[in-house]
Amino acid sequence: MTQTIDTKTVKHVAFLVRLGISEEEAQTFSGQFSSIIDYFNMLNEVDTENVPPASDIANAENVLREDVVKPSMSREEFLKNAPNSERGYVKVPTVLGDE
Amino acid sequence: MQLHNLTIREAHELLTTKKISSVELTQAMLDRIHDVDKKVKSYVTVTDDLALEQAKQADERIAKGENVTPLTGIPFSMKDCISTRGVRTTCSSKILENYIPQYNATVTNKLADSGAVLVGKTNMDEFGMGSSCENSALFPTHNPWNLDHVPGGSSGGAAASMSASLCTFSIGEDTGGSVRMPAGFCNVTGIKPTYGRVSRYGLIALASSFDCIGPMARDAYDCATVLEHIAGHDPHDSTTYNSPVPNYTTNINKPVKGMKLGIPKEYFVAGMEAGVESAMQEAIRTYEKLGMEIHEVSLPHTKYGLPVYYLLLFAEASANLARMDGTRFGLSVSDGAKDVIDIYLKTRHAGFGDEVKRRIMLGAYALSAGYYDAYYLKAQKVRTLLRRDFETAFSKVDILLAPTCPTTAFKLGEKTSDPLEMYLSDIYVVSTNPAGVPALALPAGFSNNMPVGMQLIGKHLDEATLFQVAHAYQQVTDWHKQLPQL
Repeated sequence: MTQTIDTKTVKHVAFLVRLGISEEEAQTFSGQFSSIIDYFNMLNEVDTENVPPASDIANAENVLREDVVKPSMSREEFLKNAPNSERGYVKVPTVLGDE
Repeated sequence: MQLHNLTIREAHELLTTKKISSVELTQAMLDRIHDVDKKVKSYVTVTDDLALEQAKQADERIAKGENVTPLTGIPFSMKDCISTRGVRTTCSSKILENYIPQYNATVTNKLADSGAVLVGKTNMDEFGMGSSCENSALFPTHNPWNLDHVPGGSSGGAAASMSASLCTFSIGEDTGGSVRMPAGFCNVTGIKPTYGRVSRYGLIALASSFDCIGPMARDAYDCATVLEHIAGHDPHDSTTYNSPVPNYTTNINKPVKGMKLGIPKEYFVAGMEAGVESAMQEAIRTYEKLGMEIHEVSLPHTKYGLPVYYLLLFAEASANLARMDGTRFGLSVSDGAKDVIDIYLKTRHAGFGDEVKRRIMLGAYALSAGYYDAYYLKAQKVRTLLRRDFETAFSKVDILLAPTCPTTAFKLGEKTSDPLEMYLSDIYVVSTNPAGVPALALPAGFSNNMPVGMQLIGKHLDEATLFQVAHAYQQVTDWHKQLPQL
């Protein structure tokens, strides 16, 4: 199967990964994505009937531990890298609509 | 005696017999960095003050004879995706250009405990996405063997810093060849350990099921020494193995006579540079002379390694890089932002380079409704087949030999216009990461005056055999001792 990835799809996936994108960039990526995805389609040649998907490489079992409270980074230390903070919190603009 | 060219064990001998101090060795290395790295540009940050402080402490340890390890007082560089408390860690991205971690990676702590001296952080393709170091958003690094050529990637700065004698060892990271491919291009020895052998805590994640931190050094012996000090179980990374870390140098001198060396036929096909092909044949003859049995083996799904690797990497990276959102750390572009989503959109648009944008978008595409089965799930199934290929091969032979790249280092700018062309340069190194097996790259000669790299691929957790077989080769060849003129 050969498919082209049009600019509408590019803009859709850009929004899914929260990436601003210009019309011009969408054009460029559209062409590049089509050739990359076309190359990946070679996987269709492989018979994977009855082949389980790989889930883990090394240690096949779940690793459990007690949930113990330990000292962690202080609030002041953490906020050193925050671009905007107030009264010990990371500050961002409106998350939900203001209506 | 040129202090910057010493191996770890030569430097250790001089330090412990008090012929030199770590402060002298470190100062010599820093002086050379400030002189030579103007041309090579392997370092993003040089940590002069920290290095001299650590060197002073190392000298005190050595003077007291307390807690002296083979790495005490030895200067090293580290890829800029590994967190260092108080030292800028950029991933060579605009989005983290001024990010200063508040904590150390486990590897950083282990090296500090061993007394090693951090001289700086090395350049890389942005977030590890690239094969030439040209995707660094800061500046490209140059190959010390010819400054018009790339050093390889993504650990291009690490390999170049080692090759140009700007450190005594270097810590890189290999998600799909990122230690081995640049090691091959720059004539240094480097290992991608088994997935889970070295803690990933504090490593800024690219693809969490592939990422492996691994050392580069002058030879296999030095790599073995470093790996011993950074490997092991870590409560902060539940994918690390519980099994004890062997002493890799104990049996490194054992003869390789009678061991079985597999040559995967799918790696020796049309398209390989003639000088790379002849270097591989010469290496195989060397191992034959050392008494190894040579067997042709088949890894039938090799050609699917590249699409499997890239599809899964895109998917994992798109999730991992979601944390770069301009609210808690790193670049934040909030001018005129009307809501929080606007900050995400603007920050990520301004902060990510084109290759990062391509990969996270393609990752979202491969994971999205309607395409998940065709791409992500299909790739995970073929990944199972890749693993089985290695299991079958290792039921017949002890170790595999292959080139690290079909060519020697290409020129800067040669492959930047076509992303797919750049991906294809990883064809020989990517399959090991989806399978999790360890692989070691080492110098194997020259083609058109540029280094040729070969890799040895081993069984899960069998790094000891990789070191033994690589060391045997380095006892009878001197490719690894060749240094570039700078």
